[in-house]
Amino acid sequence: MIKQNRGMNDRVQKLREISETTRPSISIERALLVTEAYKNHAGKVSIPVLRALVFKHLMENKTIHIENGELIVGERGTGPQVTPTYPELCCHTLDDLSVISEREKISFEVNEHVRNTQEHEIIPYWHGRSMRENIFKQMSKDWHNCYEAGIFTEFMEQRAPGHTVAGDKIYNTGMLDLKAQITSKLNSPGLKDNPDQEAKREQLKAMDICADALITFAKRHAQKAREIAKTEILPERRAELLKVASVCERVPANAPCDMWEALQYYWFVHLGVITELNTWDAFCPGRLDQHLRPFYEKDIEKGNLNREKAKELLECFWIKFNNQPAPPKVGITLKESGTYTDFSNINLGGVKPDGKDGVNDITYLLLEVIDEMRLLQPSTNIQLSKKNPDLFIRKAGEIIRKGWGQPSVFNVEAVIQELLIQGKSLVDARNGGTSGCVETGAFGKESYILTGYFNLTKVLEITLNNGFDPLTGKQLGPDTGNPRDFNSFEELLKAFETQLKHFLDIKITGNQVIEKLYADNMPAPFLSLIIDDCLENAKDYNAGGSRYNTNYIQGVGIGSITDSLASIKKHIYDDQKYSWDRLLSALNTNFSGLEAMRQYIIHKTPHYGNDDDYPDDIMQKVFSMFHHLVDGRKTFRGGTYRINMLPTTCHVYFGSIIGATPDGRLAGIPLSEGISPVQGTDISGPTAVIKSAAKMDHLLTGGTLLNLKFSPIALAGDKGLDNLVHLVRSYFRMDGHHIQFNVVDADTLKKAQANPELHRGLIVRVAGYSDYFNNLSEQLQNEIITRTAHEAL
Amino acid sequence: MNKGIIFNIQRFSLHDGPGIRTTIFFKGCPLSCPWCQNPEGMRPEKDLFRHSARCIACRFCVEHCPEKAVELTENGPVINRDLCSLCLICAENCPVEAFEKAGREITVGELVNEIIKDRIIFEESGGGATFSGGEPLMQSGFLISVLKALKNEGIHTAIETSGYASWESFRDTLPYTDLYLFDLKIVDPGKCKEFLGVNIEPILENLNKLAKNNADILVRIPVIPSVNDDLRNLNLVVKTLNSAGIDSLELIPYHKLGSAKYSNLDLNYSMHNIEPPGPDQLDRITKLLEASGIIIHSEVEREND
Repeated sequence: MIKQNRGMNDRVQKLREISETTRPSISIERALLVTEAYKNHAGKVSIPVLRALVFKHLMENKTIHIENGELIVGERGTGPQVTPTYPELCCHTLDDLSVISEREKISFEVNEHVRNTQEHEIIPYWHGRSMRENIFKQMSKDWHNCYEAGIFTEFMEQRAPGHTVAGDKIYNTGMLDLKAQITSKLNSPGLKDNPDQEAKREQLKAMDICADALITFAKRHAQKAREIAKTEILPERRAELLKVASVCERVPANAPCDMWEALQYYWFVHLGVITELNTWDAFCPGRLDQHLRPFYEKDIEKGNLNREKAKELLECFWIKFNNQPAPPKVGITLKESGTYTDFSNINLGGVKPDGKDGVNDITYLLLEVIDEMRLLQPSTNIQLSKKNPDLFIRKAGEIIRKGWGQPSVFNVEAVIQELLIQGKSLVDARNGGTSGCVETGAFGKESYILTGYFNLTKVLEITLNNGFDPLTGKQLGPDTGNPRDFNSFEELLKAFETQLKHFLDIKITGNQVIEKLYADNMPAPFLSLIIDDCLENAKDYNAGGSRYNTNYIQGVGIGSITDSLASIKKHIYDDQKYSWDRLLSALNTNFSGLEAMRQYIIHKTPHYGNDDDYPDDIMQKVFSMFHHLVDGRKTFRGGTYRINMLPTTCHVYFGSIIGATPDGRLAGIPLSEGISPVQGTDISGPTAVIKSAAKMDHLLTGGTLLNLKFSPIALAGDKGLDNLVHLVRSYFRMDGHHIQFNVVDADTLKKAQANPELHRGLIVRVAGYSDYFNNLSEQLQNEIITRTAHEAL
Repeated sequence: MNKGIIFNIQRFSLHDGPGIRTTIFFKGCPLSCPWCQNPEGMRPEKDLFRHSARCIACRFCVEHCPEKAVELTENGPVINRDLCSLCLICAENCPVEAFEKAGREITVGELVNEIIKDRIIFEESGGGATFSGGEPLMQSGFLISVLKALKNEGIHTAIETSGYASWESFRDTLPYTDLYLFDLKIVDPGKCKEFLGVNIEPILENLNKLAKNNADILVRIPVIPSVNDDLRNLNLVVKTLNSAGIDSLELIPYHKLGSAKYSNLDLNYSMHNIEPPGPDQLDRITKLLEASGIIIHSEVEREND
């Protein structure tokens, strides 16, 4: 492929090149340091302080790496594309390491030193002690059966609870200020000398240790920069290194004074959060344009920065995100989220705390940055309000239609209403946004943990088998009757609802135990410094210290289950074309020898995604059931359960463990993703898709994901841009939460599949995030090719 | 008239008037242009498409055709059109839609309900409904009822017409029609008779009268090499526009994308030898018309990125 600089300067190009071409590898350094710290302190101090001492040990001893040319410094691993491991969460076996290094997709280099150390130092200490092992040990037999059958997944089985986003606090509060707040809290009458408040004091002490540790970490970078400067022969670079050193001396100890310090401060916080624990991660600066605006304006006014220099700093900042591949996943967690992407998703636009249009100069500058960078990480989205000018969405649209998968588009008015319905204050809602893939959050104030994907279509399969799972051969659900005896479609829905409740109960019961395990054993005192009101409450992030605590269960396959139910309603009950017996035996044999029947079903079933009330009413019913059975339930931490509708790559895994379905889908084929229609069934054009999707009550969720695939020609020219804007604005008028566009023609994708080496840089939108087409499994590649490309008609 | 016959409702139409539109294709046309891209729109009655390549040889059609009009060959089904009574049992039951019905009856209410499904998108994009075909004015009673209902709903309306209809039917659409997409295919009287099978006079008269009534008109010319791209015809186009007081038009290059439909209907496509106009040809015509003071809109804007 032809190399294009797209406006990047030499420095940025070189750093980007390193980020793009370095093979991801595993460093054993963190595992060793964590093990040392546990050996020294475990059992001698409280758990929060133990975790703080682990953090301190890491910050004081981990390798400091400054790449030549860098302006923003700091890595999670020992260098770009190096990731540590988290044995306290998931202690990889030697087999795991072999799989991680040898698998075709999402592999990491694992050298002999890593293997040996893992074998002789890490496994002997952590075997039997990791959270993963503890969690699996404490889950019920029912839970294990369901987990193995693929009814749901579990986010926390090898990663810590995460999913939060930094708010504006760090831009006006230094770590020293936070330490002062801790001291004053510790000396407050309620806490001081009160024997009942020991836990709170320990939590605050732990947070205090962490604040110091991050300052130390920054000062070590300052020292390293000065060291390199001593031998640096180029005077410009020498000056830069000294500037880096002075920035690292000032932040994060103090609140930042200018944009450079603001970016570096955030970056240290980011590294702190993702080094403390593997929070799977989605941690990001959130509303970056809002946070940077005052610094940028002041810098420009004072003449410290011009637009080009600001862009350079931002691009250096961008590369830091891309240098951090998500730590290696194994087992089902790999299947549900098969990507290097760590889900940082920066928000642009939106509204200000007073509700006014939030688009500013730096918003447009950031749009230029993302288009020049074209990196997987950080991902970016635009928060589109009715108050934002069309120029904003048009500028974003110009990037979207280039087809590399960013930015996605969110509906500010919907996001704010979702947050308000959940009980957030109006200002917290306006300061919120979306993160990860599509998840709504009150940035800086909320712990909104995704607990696992939930396989709605699998529950239908089990319902059709009266509680029995054909794949594992186990009776997993209650006896809800043989469908052959159901006299009406409503009886089937009732049986389905009973099964759904049964499996959700198992999932939520397991969640409660896992939450408690984390609250008791794996607090996150550093993250607790960043998210309000953990400090005020003297309570850990993982124990419910945040202002808002939410747990999500993510429904997967709404399109597939809707079409399956529509098929049953139409062909069995309304038209009486097939008997239950005929359909069930067709499913049992994977439509073997029944291609005509299967084709008839595919062609004659009303499909979700065509603005047809017949299937769309069914979609609403299923959505409603799922919502009613989850929404409002209480979490262990005192938070509330909510639903959202997103799949990452889980629809592929979930499809792989379901037999043939009544919509004519063959066994093993991926399910529909997000709230998009079943691949290839949306034949009435994109306006019908958005109409169907908007029949779901998005405001009752914490996020939905809609993918529209366009051929480039439909979005070409000014008129194409108009079309994109009009479709988005229309969908948002109907309260749609999110929409993203895949703008690549099927031919290009097929070519890339056949000749991956010729298409190394091809990035496509997957499901709430973008990834290199080459990194996707063949199944997922096929699925993306199959998604209907909407042509101009 | 409460019922009409249409053969397609196309949402997300981008080239039939302003904004994002829903185009409704009316069945039946008084002309017989050999380049027609919608041959299923010609006859006022239902039609049956045959997509033989989709066939999976389940034999349903052969076994259930009451007229025994279907035969299964190595290349899929073949219909004996002389025997076929258009009962459409095959189309309703074929599992892979190797038979496809073209044309269905629809009431005014049903059609209006379909159209207003995209009301929000029309409002956001400045779009609306476009009536095309076939020749929508051939079902003018039905058309007017639908237009009236849409105007009550505040929907933008456009009619795409060949111009060949009675003036009365045009006149009655005037209060409810925001835009006429007037396809001026051939002005040369001899060629008009030869290719369209009708006289040009009523077409020109209707165009003049529409213009006189201050209707919003977009004249569109399908550019068909060796049929209507000659100097004589183009000069007549200029003259026609001048006399109607119209100063612009849109050129639509002829294409062959619809030719497969002919074989699917077992009709003969006579335009195989005529190639779509190249950029040079279009450029020449554009310049020629522009030299006469006509403003040319291009149909598809493209941007090189």
